[in-house]
Amino acid sequence: MRPAASIIIFTSFSGIGFGLLFFLGFGLPAPRGFVALIFLGIAYALAIGGLISSTFHLGHPERALKAFTQWKTSWLSREAWLALGALFFMTIYGIGLVFFGVAIGLLGVLGALLSLATVYSTSMIYAHLKTVPRWNTPLTPTLFLVISLTGGSIITGLGEITLILLLMTGVIQVIVWIRGDRAFYGSQTKIETATGLGREGEIRSFAPPHTGSNYLLREFVYVVGRKHASKLRLICLVMMIGIPIALLSTAFNFLTSLVAAFSHLAGVMVSRWLFFAQAEHVVGLYYGKRVGT
Amino acid sequence: MTELPKKTKRKLGLVIDLDTCVGCHACVVSCKGWNTKNYGVPLSDQDPYGSDPEGTFLNRVHTYEVQPVEGEAQLVHFPRSCLHCEDAPCVTVCPTGASYKRVEDGIVLVNEQDCIGCGLCAWACPYGARELDAAEGVMKKCTLCVDRIYNDNLPEEDRVPACVRTCPSGARHFGDFSDPGSEVNKISESRGGFDLMPEQGTKPVNKYLPPRPKDTIKEIDVLSPLLVPVAEEPKGFMDWLDKKLDGF
Amino acid sequence: MIDQPYLNTSPKVSDEIRQTTCYMCACRCGIDVHLKDGKVAYIEGNRNHPVNKGVLCAKGSAGIMQVNAPSRLRAPLKRVGPRGAGKFKEITWDEALQLAVGCLKPVRDKNPEKLAFFTGRDQSQSFTSFWAQDFGTPNYAAHGGFCSVNMATAGIYTIGGAFWEFGEPDWEKTKMFMIFGVAEDHDSNPIKIGLSRLKERGSKIIAVNPIRTGYNAIADEWIGIVPGTDGQFILALVHELLKAGKIDLDYLSRYTNAPVLVDPGSGLLLRDKDGKQLVVDKRTGDVVPFDKTAIYPDLKGEYSEDGACRKTVFHSLVEQYLKPEYSPEAVAENTGISAGKIRAIALELSKVAFEESIELDCSWKDFRGEEHKKMVGRPVSFHAMRGISAHSNGFQTCRALHLLQILLGSIEVPGGFRLKPPYPKPAEIHPKPHCKVTPGFPLDGPHLGFVHGPDDLMLKEDGTPARIDKAFTWENPMSAHGLMHMVISNAYHGDPYRIDTLFLYMANMSWNSSMNTRGVIKMLTDVNEDGNYIIPNIIYSDAYSSEMVAYADLILPDTTYLERHDCISILDRPISKAGALADAIRWPVITPDRNVRGFQSVLCELGAKLGLPNFVNEDGSQKYKDYADYIVNHIRKPGIGPLAGFRGDGTCTGRGEVNPKQLDQYIKNGGFFMKKIPDGCHYYKPWNMDYQSWAVEMGLYDSPQPYLFQLYLEPLRKFQRAAEGHGDRQPPDHLRERIRNTMDPLPIWYPAFEDNHVNTTDYPLHALTQRPMAMYHSWGGQNAWLRQIHGMNPLYISSKLMRKHALQDGEWIKVSSVHGSIIVPVAEMAALNDDTVWTWNAIGKRKGTWALEENAPETTKGFLLNHLIHELLPPKGDGYRWANADPITGQAAWFDLRVKIEKTESSNSTEPRFETIKSPVGVGPKSLQWKVGND
Ligand SMILES: Nc1nc2c(c(=O)[nH]1)N[C@H]1C(S)=C(S)[C@@H](COP(=O)(O)OP(=O)(O)OC[C@H]3O[C@@H](n4cnc5c(=O)[nH]c(N)nc54)[C@H](O)[C@@H]3O)O[C@H]1N2
Ligand SMILES: Nc1nc2c(c(=O)[nH]1)N[C@H]1C(S)=C(S)[C@@H](COP(=O)(O)OP(=O)(O)OC[C@H]3O[C@@H](n4cnc5c(=O)[nH]c(N)nc54)[C@H](O)[C@@H]3O)O[C@H]1N2
Ligand code: SF4
Ligand code: SF4
Ligand code: SF4
Ligand code: SF4
Ligand code: SF4
Ligand SMILES: [Mo]
Repeated sequence: MRPAASIIIFTSFSGIGFGLLFFLGFGLPAPRGFVALIFLGIAYALAIGGLISSTFHLGHPERALKAFTQWKTSWLSREAWLALGALFFMTIYGIGLVFFGVAIGLLGVLGALLSLATVYSTSMIYAHLKTVPRWNTPLTPTLFLVISLTGGSIITGLGEITLILLLMTGVIQVIVWIRGDRAFYGSQTKIETATGLGREGEIRSFAPPHTGSNYLLREFVYVVGRKHASKLRLICLVMMIGIPIALLSTAFNFLTSLVAAFSHLAGVMVSRWLFFAQAEHVVGLYYGKRVGT
Repeated sequence: MTELPKKTKRKLGLVIDLDTCVGCHACVVSCKGWNTKNYGVPLSDQDPYGSDPEGTFLNRVHTYEVQPVEGEAQLVHFPRSCLHCEDAPCVTVCPTGASYKRVEDGIVLVNEQDCIGCGLCAWACPYGARELDAAEGVMKKCTLCVDRIYNDNLPEEDRVPACVRTCPSGARHFGDFSDPGSEVNKISESRGGFDLMPEQGTKPVNKYLPPRPKDTIKEIDVLSPLLVPVAEEPKGFMDWLDKKLDGF
Repeated sequence: MIDQPYLNTSPKVSDEIRQTTCYMCACRCGIDVHLKDGKVAYIEGNRNHPVNKGVLCAKGSAGIMQVNAPSRLRAPLKRVGPRGAGKFKEITWDEALQLAVGCLKPVRDKNPEKLAFFTGRDQSQSFTSFWAQDFGTPNYAAHGGFCSVNMATAGIYTIGGAFWEFGEPDWEKTKMFMIFGVAEDHDSNPIKIGLSRLKERGSKIIAVNPIRTGYNAIADEWIGIVPGTDGQFILALVHELLKAGKIDLDYLSRYTNAPVLVDPGSGLLLRDKDGKQLVVDKRTGDVVPFDKTAIYPDLKGEYSEDGACRKTVFHSLVEQYLKPEYSPEAVAENTGISAGKIRAIALELSKVAFEESIELDCSWKDFRGEEHKKMVGRPVSFHAMRGISAHSNGFQTCRALHLLQILLGSIEVPGGFRLKPPYPKPAEIHPKPHCKVTPGFPLDGPHLGFVHGPDDLMLKEDGTPARIDKAFTWENPMSAHGLMHMVISNAYHGDPYRIDTLFLYMANMSWNSSMNTRGVIKMLTDVNEDGNYIIPNIIYSDAYSSEMVAYADLILPDTTYLERHDCISILDRPISKAGALADAIRWPVITPDRNVRGFQSVLCELGAKLGLPNFVNEDGSQKYKDYADYIVNHIRKPGIGPLAGFRGDGTCTGRGEVNPKQLDQYIKNGGFFMKKIPDGCHYYKPWNMDYQSWAVEMGLYDSPQPYLFQLYLEPLRKFQRAAEGHGDRQPPDHLRERIRNTMDPLPIWYPAFEDNHVNTTDYPLHALTQRPMAMYHSWGGQNAWLRQIHGMNPLYISSKLMRKHALQDGEWIKVSSVHGSIIVPVAEMAALNDDTVWTWNAIGKRKGTWALEENAPETTKGFLLNHLIHELLPPKGDGYRWANADPITGQAAWFDLRVKIEKTESSNSTEPRFETIKSPVGVGPKSLQWKVGND
């Protein structure tokens, strides 16, 4: 799939933002007043910034509100509602923290759960797509959730929990990649089923319908070189996991946290870039782009 | 709206015959021609005279080579457009309700006024049947020519999809699959019509007919010639002719 | 609850439908043009039209993009830079016509032959040739010579009509169909419709083609033959069928010259004093003219006089084709088809022809007065096109195929192959060529025609060619369509003479329609010692900014096909079906928005300004206001004009007075006219007297013209005899052997000429082009929709070669012939003859043309194979450069090409690269949303 910048930014930022809100909602930490404002500000900036960024890839952002209508079936719609709900409760909770110095626990927990649910529904937009075998697994929400929590925990400075989460993220990420690399060829969808010509013999794409490119090829048949991908995976692990662990386990202070957070975020973005760029949509089969590997 | 109807009154769709499709792209262009001027926004083209021309098409024709275990390789032309799936994942995924499956005939459509151009439906479609129009930012797809098949302004016989009407080799058939006696059902059954990617669970309405067996004339051995010679050389032949001609 | 948006399922389709004829290719389908606000909104097929019955191909539907193409020329242009630079000045029509007259008038007055007027894929040849004849130049032809003249000529001489679009299989009845060397053909939609009918009935389709795409891909059987060897394959089938006696003896006796007696000394046919071929009547044993009433010609007839025994053509035929050199074993290796396969196909043919024959209960009377109760059909049919025709052995190969059809008795019978009116028609009643030039006066007759021996050649007193293209000379005696591909080269070399003005219409001669493109470009731009161009004046009519435009001095911009009148005339190549006579028109369904004029109308005006006798009234005023006026009012023979329909008071067909309302009636009728052949006349047309009288009534001939299929083609023997030293017109010595060897009166096979001129070990591969179904030569490339389908062309090579050269799709190779080399991208194809490489024709474009951006993929990843093909064969050391053509007809041998390939470094552009031409029309817009009307 085409790794669109807006979507990478959206999922990475809002994921971390909602992760942060999750911890804030549970009162981990439970700052008050100005500090609370800062924390909430960061969380909102990340979550809302991400959401706004997600509208950049829309053909008609001005109609974005229509996306709330189909919560019964659409994960995107659900995500919209959940995000709204999370932000709503967290706002009231936040107002309590910032202006009144009180933490209305119930609201916080509600907001926290909704935040996580938002991340879950974001991940389900991808995870439920049978058309992308790499994504079509519970591992996708798992990874999204754990990354979201990890990011949140780095920012909230949760010490050991962060280290554990980082390790978990690293492990899950590696599992996702290992499984992912086999997912497409392990799925039942093949050029044989795509064309129905399996009975006749071995199938090869002879000529595409048009000699030029098109929306489908640009959007779904993005191909990353294997060497390039391995390099990026290494960078991803180093930035997302390695550096934060190294920093946070040696010295735990504002600066290390900040550097760890940025490094982690950069790593997450690489992870997301790979998440999209390496995802093989079955439509590529029609173009003969996914055979033989 | 993006809930799928439990059942549609009719199941309109196409049968595409891979045995007779010559890959002429006629259906591709007539589809473009009809649909650029009809349903919804035009099908735009970017850089149409430049180095990277690329436009929106609702129907595209691929070509595959098939190598049987024994014998010569074969070439199969393969038109690809929306299959108007019964369990259309493109519909349920749509956050705005722009995508829907019509109750009356099962046609899957995009209501362009509601479409935000998020592209999710195209992600959900395994068949690449949806293309986001780059000029208008809305999702385009095969409408099964919904504005032809019921159109009172067209003569009765023309109330078929543009691609079906134009196909020179008669490789495309249109009809109602909910009617067991319909032509499309009959052809599909008699010729082994099949679904694309059945494992995706989309339950496509459109069916494809497989190529008939090819290269079946087998070589004849010199030692057992079925074409029995009447003579090997001219003299003998002329004698045979004598006898033959006496009959006339 | 599902709430669906409201949808208007009955939107208004258009304001108006105008019915005319497509010209996105030469198939000439009927189209319904939907207009909204006076603009073309949608084009679909006309359901009632005899050619396409409602269907339309990709090009046809893309007509909208043709009439709005930014490449359309906008006004007459005068060249202001050097030739080839593309620098022009827009001028008025008055200036343009003045320039043309200034150029042409002196030529006509002094040396009319110094005008060479050649008209490409002209659909108005009966008109343009008429104009040229009136001008007085012998130098006129259209594109047939490089297209498929082998097919046309072999057919007309042998069966009185040809494949091409002049005949068609009996799609409704045939049970086995064999198609040779066809990618798309002129009859493209009818073939596709026909194939689908065969598929519905489960009739077997056998495709003979080195490449398995398109029609060949859907065929039941694929014979991936080695290019240039079809003649061998076909004659091996003939050998097998003969040997097994699986031939239609009755058919051969009655309808062919198989029973005609041959003079053993001269090899000429025995004729009576009226020139009629003689046969022995089996009933009486008498020697009688073939058409004598109530005879039955004896295939074994003999007649002895003066101690010499005359035997029949059939006798020679049996002797020839039973020879072991025609056996499947003998040809298997060369053709790449195993002997067993050849036998199997022969068996299949004989089974269907003789065991599944059809009988129609339809009585008819033949030309010998015999009544037949039934019509017997041999339901095997054939079609063939350039794959067998565009070779230097193409004429004889096409003849061989007709021989096979005839032996099976499958022409003009139910389930077989049938001709379309005005065919069938004996070769003898076609005109002969003419070349007598009188300054200031018309030529003495039509330029092109059919020769029947050395006497008919177009030679001057001194034996040199009369025509600039050397048509009808010893080099290619039966070149019935002229040799457009030799004009520029001959004019440049002053061989046979120099010309003053080259006047071209609708032919991209500096690009895809020439062999040796770079060489031609040089010939068009080279100057002599005085600094003048060697070809002094070039006038050209095109509708678009093609490569050729840049090389002309004066451009007469044409309208597009929806903006003009045209006439698909019965005098030329009408749209008839085997069961009906039909012709058609085009008419301006939209008005041009540019300063352009229909070329034929311009010729009417130019003709008048030049004072051509048939283009001026007695008072010297212009006779035909425009082409429409000509179409209606021109009379070729009393009662016969360009259009056969709605003559006289609007009810006469074929013959009748001028009807001023004729065009309106055509328009009302959908742009065409069709008259069904009466019942009982659908088969056996050359011999069916009811058909013959109908044809006379329709004006197709002046009197009934029954004739025999010419298995033994006597004119060929006459040329051979001249080469053997007989008669007072004899070929130059260096051509004697070739004429003797190739002009055999019975079909033969000989290797393609290029194979004898190049070392086939060094150049082991055959290189071909194919027509893409969705693109028409160079002129589809400007079409915004079509160019997305074919915007570049790789060279397809077999899987075997891919492995051998360690190649991957998209890598680059150098392809070389003896003549030159090109660098191109490759792609793999498995369903391909192992030693054949191929690409789509005419996709490559020159930078700066067709209103495309300079780096359009057509210019960077598109290419022409033409750079590798020369109009002359490489020197052989005998002091002569032989034309790369069929020695009999002059047909350009495009497909004889031999090449080798080698891997090169990856590249970003095909080679050769040419300089950019400055576009006279600018470049097209960056985006396109075609929507007309305001809904
Ligand atoms: N390598 C290779 N070369 C080939 C062949 C091959 O098989 N292989 N095939 C050969 C054959 S059979 C043919 S027929 C030729 C065809 O070659 P061409 O006859 O050159 O065909 P086109 O490229 O279509 O170009 C004809 C010209 O007509 C112009 N034109 C189009 N419409 C109109 C109109 O309405 N009015 C006017 N005045 N002009 C118009 C176009 O712009 C174009 O410049 O190519 C030959 N060249
Ligand atoms: N879409 C479209 N239609 C067209 C045209 C076009 O440009 N585009 N051009 C029109 C014109 S001008 C013409 S002349 C006709 C030509 O119509 P076709 O005759 O169909 O022309 P080509 O595309 O040259 O195809 C020649 C075929 O012969 C095969 N072939 C080559 N050599 C041999 C051989 O030795 N033996 C056999 N058996 N096969 C061989 C090639 O593989 C190819 O399939 O098409 C007309 N129709
Ligand atoms: S129009 Fe018919 S034959 Fe042509 S590509 Fe489409 S389906 Fe195939
Ligand atoms: S083919 Fe694709 S777009 Fe059409 S209904 Fe099925 S899933 Fe939806
Ligand atoms: S692109 Fe439009 S139709 Fe498709 S899912 Fe998004 S809103 Fe729905
Ligand atoms: S049914 Fe209509 S919209 Fe669909 S592919 Fe055919 S022409 Fe296009
Ligand atoms: S075959 Fe196609 S391009 Fe040619 S006349 Fe017919 S519709 Fe037009
Ligand atoms: Mo041609």
